[in-house]
Amino acid sequence: MFETLSERLQAVFRSLRGQGLLSEAQVEAAFREVRLALLEADVHFRVVKQLLERVRARASGQEILKSLNPDQAVLRVVRDEMVELLGGDDVPGIQTASRPPSVVLLAGLQGSGKTTTAAKLGRWLADRGSHPLLVSTDVQRPAAREQLRTIGTRAGLKVHHPDESDAPAILRSALAEAGAVGHDVVLVDTAGRLHIDDALMEELAGLRDAAEPSEVLYVADALTGQDAVRSAEEFHRRIGITGIVLTKLDGDSRGGAALSAAAVTGRPVKFAGLGETIEALEPFEPARMVSRILGLGDVLGLIARAEETVEKEQAEELVRKIRRSEFSLEDYRDQMRQLRKLGPLDQVLSMMPGMGSLKGVDVERGEEELRRSIAIIDSMTVKERLEPSVINGSRRKRIARGSGNTVQDVNRLLRQFAQTRKLMKGLGAGPKAMKRLAARMPQLR
Amino acid sequence: MALGDRLRGGLSRTREVLTMPLEDLVRGRRPLDAAALESVEEALLAADMGLPAVEEALEVLAARSGEIASGGLPAMQAVLGDQIRSALERPDRVEPFSERPWVVFVVGVNGSGKTTTIGKLAAKWRDGGRSVLVCAADTFRAAAAEQLEVWADRAGAEFHRGAEGADPSAVLTDALRAARARGHDAVLVDTAGRLHTRTNLMAELAKMTRVADREIPGAPHETLLVLDATVGSNGLNQGREFAKAGGVNGLVLTKLDGTARGGVAVAVVRELGVPIRYVGVGEDVEDLLPFDAGAFARSLVGGE
Ligand SMILES: Nc1nc2c(ncn2[C@@H]2O[C@H](COP(=O)(O)OP(=O)(O)OP(=O)(O)O)[C@@H](O)[C@H]2O)c(=O)[nH]1
Ligand SMILES: Nc1nc2c(ncn2[C@@H]2O[C@H](COP(=O)(O)OP(=O)(O)OP(=O)(O)O)[C@@H](O)[C@H]2O)c(=O)[nH]1
Ligand SMILES: [Mg+2]
Ligand SMILES: [Mg+2]
Repeated sequence: MFETLSERLQAVFRSLRGQGLLSEAQVEAAFREVRLALLEADVHFRVVKQLLERVRARASGQEILKSLNPDQAVLRVVRDEMVELLGGDDVPGIQTASRPPSVVLLAGLQGSGKTTTAAKLGRWLADRGSHPLLVSTDVQRPAAREQLRTIGTRAGLKVHHPDESDAPAILRSALAEAGAVGHDVVLVDTAGRLHIDDALMEELAGLRDAAEPSEVLYVADALTGQDAVRSAEEFHRRIGITGIVLTKLDGDSRGGAALSAAAVTGRPVKFAGLGETIEALEPFEPARMVSRILGLGDVLGLIARAEETVEKEQAEELVRKIRRSEFSLEDYRDQMRQLRKLGPLDQVLSMMPGMGSLKGVDVERGEEELRRSIAIIDSMTVKERLEPSVINGSRRKRIARGSGNTVQDVNRLLRQFAQTRKLMKGLGAGPKAMKRLAARMPQLR
Repeated sequence: MALGDRLRGGLSRTREVLTMPLEDLVRGRRPLDAAALESVEEALLAADMGLPAVEEALEVLAARSGEIASGGLPAMQAVLGDQIRSALERPDRVEPFSERPWVVFVVGVNGSGKTTTIGKLAAKWRDGGRSVLVCAADTFRAAAAEQLEVWADRAGAEFHRGAEGADPSAVLTDALRAARARGHDAVLVDTAGRLHTRTNLMAELAKMTRVADREIPGAPHETLLVLDATVGSNGLNQGREFAKAGGVNGLVLTKLDGTARGGVAVAVVRELGVPIRYVGVGEDVEDLLPFDAGAFARSLVGGE
């Protein structure tokens, strides 16, 4: 795994400190590190270049060199530029038309998440006092309209489903319905299409003209690589988007596509899709996204994940045990299982700021170690797990054999357990103890 | 880790070279110096190739810089194309229809093209005279079964579904029993899209694999991972995690009719050691083609 960007930047400037002077060359080297981090995160190379030009223009080398923490200075400028590109303080929510109903058109490539987002957005607006009408104009993909009707209805939303078979007619019918019933917003789902499909892009422009939308949202998939630039650019050119929705951010992609799409269209990212369920939509947070793209540690994301994974009662029970110093090998094993459930170790680590500074973390080995430790504890009797002091030489041999490990492995596990137990008392037993513990598993050091 | 170290070394060598496409780089017939090589590195990265694959390509270029420098761009493209093609040429380890019924799982992240691929594949096999049953084991996403049913009709395949929200393993069990009872040649199993980071959903996939094997020993005979060609470096994580959960033995690269080049597939093939079996080039029933490593490699490096 690569070191975090912060560390790389520290290293760049540290190497010069020794000589007493910072140089322009060093600043350039720092910019190169930023560039590589952005490329690794799938930001388009052209966007990376532009971004760095802006960073250079804004932060003269001198300014950075004069600062006490040049690495932090570089990061700050890069961050600010990125936040601005992603939409800065754009007010979240939907622009409305002066005369209702306001129309929101959702467009994008195949499978990016338009239909799901239409329903989520409907729910989001309804929760804020709107009366949205949903309509799918997708007569292309099998059962596409059925899909929106199912999700929307299930969420208690009105879905218009006229007996029409072409997109413009469906749209007209929905606009009429909205006017008659008094819906203040109409959310229009469209068929997925390729930006280079001239006929379908033309059709989309026609829909836009008929709908006169107050928002044209480009729905983009956060897993996208370099192609994000071309597709977003082309959609913007053909239909003039007003904002971006980034879906599938619940995964582990760094999400550089967000920056690519925002940079080439000049439009803000407005919402983030964070799952398949109806409520998994949030107003987009540029600062959080920047940390994610730069690999600076998405603490919020990690905590959300831990909360989702770690059963609450289990966590509370553990806290009680720590308080009473009853932490046993069984708990230790549970702990490791929880840690593994959080996801592949490198992801978990990459989300923890500071973890990168634990030099020499070998993810493969860490995973292996976790598996091994769990197997060793599995091979113990209940008594041994609850009262490790009874584990004498012959028991150690048996446990080693049973778990397919050596006695040294068993010894090491027991040593680590003892250390952890000590550490846990030191950590105290606040509600966050569980998470802090996860961050300090001996295996990861 | 050794490769990682070498990569890191390689990247930190990166000089002040403007990022430019391969073509611009060699048009002026400059010799292949270190700076030029590093610029090629950027160009390949821009094609979503992924770092290890890029590194290897560069090593090959460096080793043969003499011949490339004199041959200009075509030589460079030929060398790179060759290198990528040979990395992609993997022997098929499976022989469809060698068991009956031939059971295929189709897996992947959300929206990558699984259901559509199943529709196309079912049609292909029906055209080849095989009897096919398609199983809607995506009981989660709204109208997923309805979508698959339309495809089954188009293909002339038998369609099996369960109730929405039903346990996919239960639906699968029924479908496999039906297929065996009716003597079908193949069963194509559509699974719900899932991000590889969702541990419980990945465990569900592993369970389905066990259930299939229990019903029909050796099944699933094929597990096809569907990758969207627009995916960036995340494709490699997808490959790794799906392989862990379900023994992926083939890849399908969809949406190659767009402008994305799907370069990360090279890294996935290298990592998993499994071939790309098919490519998706559109939304119609005939838009599934057998994978052609040479053509794909050329599309990554340019040239004819
Ligand atoms: N994990 C995750 N999955 C999502 C998200 N948004 C959508 N999906 C899933 O992605 C897949 C595709 O979503 P759809 O809403 O059907 O995408 P679409 O853009 O309407 O697709 P087409 O109409 O075929 O172009 C489905 O499996 C959705 O459940 C998200 O934010 N996170
Ligand atoms: N242009 C193009 N579109 C494709 C291709 N394959 C699939 N699609 C489209 O991509 C979208 C998603 O395809 P699906 O087959 O529903 O994807 P899926 O993986 O089953 O999606 P989930 O079940 O929601 O995870 C649909 O609009 C398809 O028509 C392809 O090769 N080219
Ligand atoms: Mg749709
Ligand atoms: Mg599907």
